[in-house]
Amino acid sequence: MSWVLSIPLAIPFLTAVACYLTRDTPRAAWISVAGSALLLAASAVLMAQVLAEGVIAGQMGGWRAPFGITLVADLLSAVMVVITAITALAVAVYALADVSAVQERMGYHALFQVLIAGVTGAFLTGDLFNLYVWFEVMLIASFGLLVLGGTREQLDGGIKYVTLNLVSTILFLSGVGLLYGMTGTLNMADLAVTVPRLENQALVTVVAMMFMIAFGVKAALFPLFFWLPAAYHTPAFSVSAVFAGLLTKVGVYALIRMFTLVFTGDTEFTHTILLWVAGFTMVTGVLGAAAQQDFRKILSFHIVSQIGYMILGLALLTPLAIVGAVFYLVHHIIVKANLFLVSGVANRLTGSTELGRIGGLYASAPLLAVLFLIPAFSLAGFPPLSGFWAKYVVVKASLDAEAWVLAAAALVVGALTIYSMTKIWAEAFWKPHPEGHAPVLSALPARDRLALVTPIAALAVLTCVIGLAPEPFVQFAERSAAQLIDPSDYVATVLGADAAEGAARIAALEARE
Amino acid sequence: MEQILAILIGVLVAASVWLMLSRNVVRFLFGLVLISNAANLVIFTGGRLTLGAPPLIDEGAEAPPALVANALPQALVLTAIVIGFGLLAFALALVFRAYTALGTVDSDEMRLAEPPEGEEGAAPASRRATTPHLAREAAE
Repeated sequence: MSWVLSIPLAIPFLTAVACYLTRDTPRAAWISVAGSALLLAASAVLMAQVLAEGVIAGQMGGWRAPFGITLVADLLSAVMVVITAITALAVAVYALADVSAVQERMGYHALFQVLIAGVTGAFLTGDLFNLYVWFEVMLIASFGLLVLGGTREQLDGGIKYVTLNLVSTILFLSGVGLLYGMTGTLNMADLAVTVPRLENQALVTVVAMMFMIAFGVKAALFPLFFWLPAAYHTPAFSVSAVFAGLLTKVGVYALIRMFTLVFTGDTEFTHTILLWVAGFTMVTGVLGAAAQQDFRKILSFHIVSQIGYMILGLALLTPLAIVGAVFYLVHHIIVKANLFLVSGVANRLTGSTELGRIGGLYASAPLLAVLFLIPAFSLAGFPPLSGFWAKYVVVKASLDAEAWVLAAAALVVGALTIYSMTKIWAEAFWKPHPEGHAPVLSALPARDRLALVTPIAALAVLTCVIGLAPEPFVQFAERSAAQLIDPSDYVATVLGADAAEGAARIAALEARE
Repeated sequence: MEQILAILIGVLVAASVWLMLSRNVVRFLFGLVLISNAANLVIFTGGRLTLGAPPLIDEGAEAPPALVANALPQALVLTAIVIGFGLLAFALALVFRAYTALGTVDSDEMRLAEPPEGEEGAAPASRRATTPHLAREAAE
């Protein structure tokens, strides 16, 4: 069974090695594409297996849980791996035309694949310390990608990104240490069993806060998001796209995992904090975006505001809210990565991403305009695109929970998102180019055009499919949310039925006393 | 022993927070070195301290005879040290490159990626488009 879980990890690493060895040749880019396609196939197999059998777990090296490292895939992990593979494939194809030869020689493709490996590992691991290691794999690759090329802006943004992320990593590590000191285990399923039995629940809450801050930095939550808008507009466009799609979502995933599985003892305290943090994240993100005049900077701030919706779903902790969080997570990765890819093409055609200096894209490149409108409207929550359903479920859940202020904030933020998107539309697409250029897609070499537009179109189609036929996706999110709310299946699969049954019996005995 | 280590961790964290509050990025990095070692000590202490009891199991036996040292935290700390070392080496190289390229280690003066309000909007777009070096000089 464990090969289904370990192959999605092995593929990107092997691809990275192959890409590194061939980094001086154009083959590296194609190897990266092939590796990403293989990863997509492997993740589809994993998904099929999880859909058929429920949670699956593999004990690495044959060490029985909770002593060894466990890889686990429940529906949430599986869908995150699939979506990672989709994003990786789209960005790998896009990179064929976007990444310069210099960056390729510096090992862009190898770093990219290592990043994908780190992200996949973080989604699949069932061990807290292992999660830390995957975070580091992901971080070091992202550091490399961010400053690859070494322009002054990149170095400037890189310093802020690197330093703030290192601080969060250390907080995470200390939290792991303290939790291990209290429970003697690092296995997440085992933690779910042992943490509620600890006497000192106050200390558990303290550790929960450490995790919240550590993952909050990764997820770019208010007030810890400053590294994101400082850095995301500086690297190559394919790099920003994969960062925007995946990196913050790993933080969100980790928050969802830990705060539905382990830290559920004092939800009154922890989840109330998350609730307000979610509100402020939405509002500050969207206001930050409203003040920006650069394509990528606007999009960067919108990452922050959209993260707020997911955390709102997690914080409410009702079944419907978790459905919303999961649905939002999937929708947002596709849409956000796509918007950054569009910004790259716009930059290629008009020569800049500063809205004041570009324009005329609608007249001369109507195809790109349509491909921008789909993810942009989806992000803002127009029906019938994927973002509408995502927002609908989250807002419905907050209305059900009588969190009126947050429901109102979510709606207002949606309206302000439309403002930012129409600003980009009006400036970059509608108004004539200030210097009279007529940027046309056919000006690009045919190979580049194909490599740039195909992934954008594919992701846009995916957005439309989710939007027009949301039923299977919502059903999937419901099943996934049910697993998150009642993790007994997860625990039983990881620890074995006996251990879980024993734990349940002890819990029942304790409850009777 | 635990108390001494706890105090030591506290002192390390306090010193590193003080260093990290500095605008000088190099001092910030020194703070990072200290706090990552404090985190390692947290793991080490969290795994309980035992004196002179190596975790060795007699040949043929399946479990250690009595209380022995916990080997797992040491493995974790070792991993964390290796990872931390790599990250710090990268961060130092990055700061050095930034210093040579930007000419400063003061984080307040690093405003290239996010120019201050006035400079971004003030320069007319056309002028900046034709003379990018002016914008760069303005940023410096």
